[in-house]
Amino acid sequence: MSTPTLQTPPVEPAEAPPAPRRRRIPLWFWPAGFLAAVFVLAVLRVVTGADDIASSGVIGAAIALAVPIGLAGLGGLWSERAGVVNIGLEGMMILGTWGAGFFGYYMGPWAGIVGGMLCGIVGGLIHATATVIFGVDHIVSGVALNITALGIAKYLAARFFSDLPGGGPTQSPPLPSLPRFSVPGLSEQMARLEAREIFFLSDLAGVIGGFTTNISAFTIIAVLLFIGTFFVLWRTAFGLRLRSCGESPVAAETLGVNVIRYKFIAVCTSGALAGMGGAFLALVAANIYRDGQTGGRGYIGLAAMIFGNWRPGGLAAGSLLFGYTDAARLRGGGTVHALLLLVAVILLVVGAWQLKRNNRVQGITSLVVATGAALWYFSTDSVPGELAAATPYVTTLLVLAFASQRLRMPAADGQIYRKGEGH
Amino acid sequence: MSRLEPRKILLPLVAPVVAVIVAFIVTSLVLLAVGDPVLEVWQVIFQPPLPRQTVNIINAATVFYLSAVAVAIGFKMNLFNIGVDGQYRVASFAAAVFAGQAWLPGVLNILVAILVAMVFGGLWAGIAGWLKVKRGVSEVISTIMLNAIATAVVAWLLSKARDPASEGTNVVRTRELPESSRLEGLAIVPGATNTVYTLIFLAALVGVTYWFVLNKTRFGFDLRATGKSETAAVASGVDVKKMTLTAMILSGAAAGLVGMPLLFGQDFSYGTTFQAGLGFAGIAIALLGRNHPVGIAFAALLWAFLDGQSNALQIQANVSKELVFIIQGVILFAVVIAYELVRRAEARMEQNRVARQLEERHAATAEQGVSA
Repeated sequence: MSTPTLQTPPVEPAEAPPAPRRRRIPLWFWPAGFLAAVFVLAVLRVVTGADDIASSGVIGAAIALAVPIGLAGLGGLWSERAGVVNIGLEGMMILGTWGAGFFGYYMGPWAGIVGGMLCGIVGGLIHATATVIFGVDHIVSGVALNITALGIAKYLAARFFSDLPGGGPTQSPPLPSLPRFSVPGLSEQMARLEAREIFFLSDLAGVIGGFTTNISAFTIIAVLLFIGTFFVLWRTAFGLRLRSCGESPVAAETLGVNVIRYKFIAVCTSGALAGMGGAFLALVAANIYRDGQTGGRGYIGLAAMIFGNWRPGGLAAGSLLFGYTDAARLRGGGTVHALLLLVAVILLVVGAWQLKRNNRVQGITSLVVATGAALWYFSTDSVPGELAAATPYVTTLLVLAFASQRLRMPAADGQIYRKGEGH
Repeated sequence: MSRLEPRKILLPLVAPVVAVIVAFIVTSLVLLAVGDPVLEVWQVIFQPPLPRQTVNIINAATVFYLSAVAVAIGFKMNLFNIGVDGQYRVASFAAAVFAGQAWLPGVLNILVAILVAMVFGGLWAGIAGWLKVKRGVSEVISTIMLNAIATAVVAWLLSKARDPASEGTNVVRTRELPESSRLEGLAIVPGATNTVYTLIFLAALVGVTYWFVLNKTRFGFDLRATGKSETAAVASGVDVKKMTLTAMILSGAAAGLVGMPLLFGQDFSYGTTFQAGLGFAGIAIALLGRNHPVGIAFAALLWAFLDGQSNALQIQANVSKELVFIIQGVILFAVVIAYELVRRAEARMEQNRVARQLEERHAATAEQGVSA
């Protein structure tokens, strides 16, 4: 248990000369990728007849579902960039939901956000104390935090919400809501264009409409936090020092960085962000605190962060993907059914590519799974509700199974650091 | 070297005791801060359990023990099997469906159903093992995802395998076990109307097997070696990937047993009464018991004791029973911190001892040099 590794070394050795290939993703990639994704959805809509696949409704739902995952993942990003694996995100989120419920009820929704943050920070403090100061294994501490936080939230909820009007031992009274915004002009235009059902253009309008209509103030805060995180961690000296603690704490120490302090700050920030993710669930998604509200979203946030290769942009894409699959599942089995075809096609391409590269086992595995998905698609009309519930989790597993070898985590992630032990 | 050092034996035992005391203090502080009655809470928790409750505690401990051993198998190999929850869900369902068909008579039905559970638990864990070995996916993430997937898949299969007799009622369950495959339980606690699970013997057997395989076989040695140092294991000819996959499957097979005492001793079918979340308790108990078969047994009893005693909190002290999770959580934190501090203290003592010995030897050779 001494060195938990979130990523085992890749199975295939890298190409013979380990040349320092620096592939920067060009700036045009993101808009082009976005358009391509919309195009794929448009084609899929026409082929499968699942009209809901790129509607502003499903996109709006996807964004609302992506925000808590993204905030949790952002928390994970801060902590893991400083070298502390944070599986306790789930627990920090749970604390955040209670904090938002308590402070939101008594002092209004904005105080609810702060309350969620503060309670998340408490979780961060516990995790930081155990891992950074006492050198406890990061995953052990995270699991312990998740168990404890669930108990704390349930206990406090029963203690403080039971006697309130509309509240109960397992839930808070309804909470006041945050303001919502639409982009004036644009959002109506998009709705009109979407209604005309033109191939690709209407789909594009649906997606843009989803991004610009009825957006909670909290979502805007979350987007700003993403941009802010990128700026702080990658464009400031503070961020460079913090990341150096995750890459090589001993080297950072020799340069005079107070590694312990940086890790502590990172894990507490992580708690604040995850707590805000919880606050979003209570204040925006449900308008109420409820026991077990997080439903494992902290873990999915962690998976989204790994999917995003420990980068904010990738994390945002990952959160949207998971948010989208979750929204598709909530829209019923039809949309998930249509996605089966997409999975089949993607796996077909991956399989063919692997075969071309002479990776026979992986190529054939992909093709077999692709055939299975296709058979399932063509032999049924919808996916049963119980199975559709697994969509985000299956997506996570599939993505990690195919992508994990291309990912690179911070070099000293998960390692126990003790001051003055580097030789 | 063979000198028995009392400090070395005492130190690991001190840690759990300290942890319980810390938990006692922290929980009291929480109660004070929130304004709940401190004294009454501890009176309720430490009151002697009635015979009936004693049986419940033993039964809960049996199940906890199996879960913790499953987790411990992974820990020994540096694997975090967070997926015990999903594994025993899949396994319990498979075993319930199989045993419910009553293809085999009486006890044979039970034995084969237990094997079925092990196979399915192992297979479900095997997915995570395969993903780790072949695709480099961390078992921490994959087992968590597999837990959620297991819930979904089993819920779907249950709707297909629902007992026709339960149709039209609120109860959704598989076909019930035939009378001959139900275990009455053991009436070993005097004065109790309920009985201890017969499959407590299964838990004991699993504990002994775990100890034997780990400590007395070559496979167990390889497993521990790989867990301690992968490079050393590779150097001595261990196939690490194969070991990882095997350990994961074994851990899953053990996890498959978690639901068996419940299935054959209490529920007699898989359905809405299914008890989830035992896997996470197992992680805590394995950590508290330091992956040692006897340590885990004590930890499981402590966990079950706290769980059982907390049931009365709501009625007798008007405090939510969820308080027990705080107590357990603090114990867990305190104990892992204490073990870490003990480990550091041991390492320091060891270093000092070696340094002293080297110095003595050095002095001795220097003297010899002078006398010669």
